[in-house]
Amino acid sequence: MAKRIEVSGLTAYYGTHKAIEDITLHVEPRSVTAFIGPSGCGKSTFLRTLNRMHEVTPGGRVEGKVMLDDEDLYGPGVDPVSVRRTVGMVFQRPNPFPTMSIYDNVAAGLKLNGVSYRKSELDDIVEKNLRAANLWNEVKDRLGKPGSGLSGGQQQRLCIARATAVEPEVLLMDEPCSALDPISTLAIEDLIDKLKSQYTIVIVTHNMQQAARVSDRTAFFNLAAIGQPGKLIEVDSTDRIFSNPSVQATEDYISGRFG
Amino acid sequence: MTYPNMTVRRTPIDPGRTTLRPPKLPRWATAALVVGSLAAGATVGLVGRLDSRVQWGLIAALVFVAATYGLSAAIEGRRYAKDRLAAILVWACFVIAVLPLASLVWETVARGVPGVDWYFLTHSMNGVLSWQNGGGIYHALLGTVQQVLIASVIAIPIGLLTAVYLVEYGRGKLAKTITFFVDVMTGVPSIVAGLFILSLWIMMLDFGYSGFAGAMALAILMMPIVVRSTEEMLKLVPNELRESSLALGVPKWRTILKVVLPTSIGGITTGVMLALARIAGETAPILLLVFGNQMINGNVFEGAQSSLPLFVYEQWGYGTEQAYDRAWAAALVLIAFVMILNLVARGIARWKAPKTGR
Ligand SMILES: Nc1ncnc2c1ncn2[C@@H]1O[C@H](COP(=O)(O)OP(=O)(O)OP(=O)(O)O)[C@@H](O)[C@H]1O
Ligand SMILES: [Mg+2]
Repeated sequence: MAKRIEVSGLTAYYGTHKAIEDITLHVEPRSVTAFIGPSGCGKSTFLRTLNRMHEVTPGGRVEGKVMLDDEDLYGPGVDPVSVRRTVGMVFQRPNPFPTMSIYDNVAAGLKLNGVSYRKSELDDIVEKNLRAANLWNEVKDRLGKPGSGLSGGQQQRLCIARATAVEPEVLLMDEPCSALDPISTLAIEDLIDKLKSQYTIVIVTHNMQQAARVSDRTAFFNLAAIGQPGKLIEVDSTDRIFSNPSVQATEDYISGRFG
Repeated sequence: MTYPNMTVRRTPIDPGRTTLRPPKLPRWATAALVVGSLAAGATVGLVGRLDSRVQWGLIAALVFVAATYGLSAAIEGRRYAKDRLAAILVWACFVIAVLPLASLVWETVARGVPGVDWYFLTHSMNGVLSWQNGGGIYHALLGTVQQVLIASVIAIPIGLLTAVYLVEYGRGKLAKTITFFVDVMTGVPSIVAGLFILSLWIMMLDFGYSGFAGAMALAILMMPIVVRSTEEMLKLVPNELRESSLALGVPKWRTILKVVLPTSIGGITTGVMLALARIAGETAPILLLVFGNQMINGNVFEGAQSSLPLFVYEQWGYGTEQAYDRAWAAALVLIAFVMILNLVARGIARWKAPKTGR
């Protein structure tokens, strides 16, 4: 479990618009890597290239290499569906399936794929993942109720449980706390800390303290000007990025002297 | 923080406001105004010797509108006066829209109910002459059910799949062309659909009249409606839902089948049922292709059949008292048939719609 990601020379387009250019970095297994940078610099775009979700957008196109251990995600014959089963994703806005109960939402990845499980087996998986997502105690009495009836923070934790239930090896999180209160945020940060022993985690965040709290390594993205493609400025251990970054722009951004 | 150079000025949207509870007309004011303007209308009518009650009513209506606006503007302010004016307009439109519908239903029920009984539903017109009592619509009801069923079996899957293609897969030229032809098909008059099947199926391929031929024409009419309504419903499904399913490693076709369709099933059902109701009342293609029959023919694939709208048309044409009664009764059964379908659809829609709340 938990794979290493190695990206080299990655460029992504939306139609003719180049959103990110020539990104090279690696993500260590069993650790948390944070992506920070100003709005529109291509963090979400980059994240989505890591599980081949970028090409779902009409006109989405990628050049370059993303190695997952020793396999190129964009190599010939690679099935994007298998990639997405290996590299899970949590979106910025919580989006549980509205037609499904809480239980079915957690089991969705398994059920939707048509694998038949025994009831007891599925029960175990659902409970395990809800517990891991710190949600079990809040929902155990209403597993049959619709997932959309939960609060925003609970929904986001439900989405995390849904993503971990298919047992991916990498977990990508796009600003998972941006819509949440400090307590839910803390719950999710705890969760990330717990999950890190099993998964390779990449998290996009606008919250510097959060990046400093949860991540082992931090990558700073920036764009030269509006309309220019976003680029990776530097990536290093979180301690270094926050105490002694090697690029001036990083220090400016982190200390709020940006722009 | 203070802004020394800024003067705070209130925008004058409500200059006279001194309280959050402005004066309001009492609840009985509307009733009083209605009574008052009716009285005014009657007075003017009597004094001016107008004999048409319609004129009285129009005068009363004008007085009512003017008095409401004036009174409300004086007491409550112009915003409320406009609000009342808009309310009157909406109510008037509602009444105008409902009046013909209600009178139609009333007329059909009043004239149809006496003719509808078990005998009427279970017997055909075999051997019954136009001026005789008795006879029934079993053959027509059977024909309608069979033809509508077959048309649905043809049109619903094709329509659904076309819509899924257009929304989920269609890009570029092919999708644009299909959309264009669906739009054209929506406008095809039913008689033209009938003529098309007539020339293709009966004249070129040399098959005889049959319920099936009619069903094909009905399917042509039904398909574009199913495509259009399904398309709109599928477009309403948020993209995030598709993405979150794809991100779980669910293949696209399963995502469509298990996430997109269930989310929109309520709306799709309603659309399909509306299309069904529409074709259940078609007469022209049935007349051309199914021909009409006084006897029971349970075989849709061979021989002339009847159908409810056709039955109504035939009976009306006979021009006898007994035939008129049968026509009204059959019309009532047709309306009931469509209404039951609609209720079933609404039931399914409510049952299947995404559940919200705790
Ligand atoms: N679906 C799309 N179609 C076209 N252009 C897009 C699309 N999504 C994003 N972009 C463009 O790609 C660039 C990068 O966007 P992206 O969403 O990756 O930024 P981000 O760093 O995640 O920003 P934020 O912090 O605000 O989420 C932007 O210029 C944006 O306008
Ligand atoms: Mg983003």
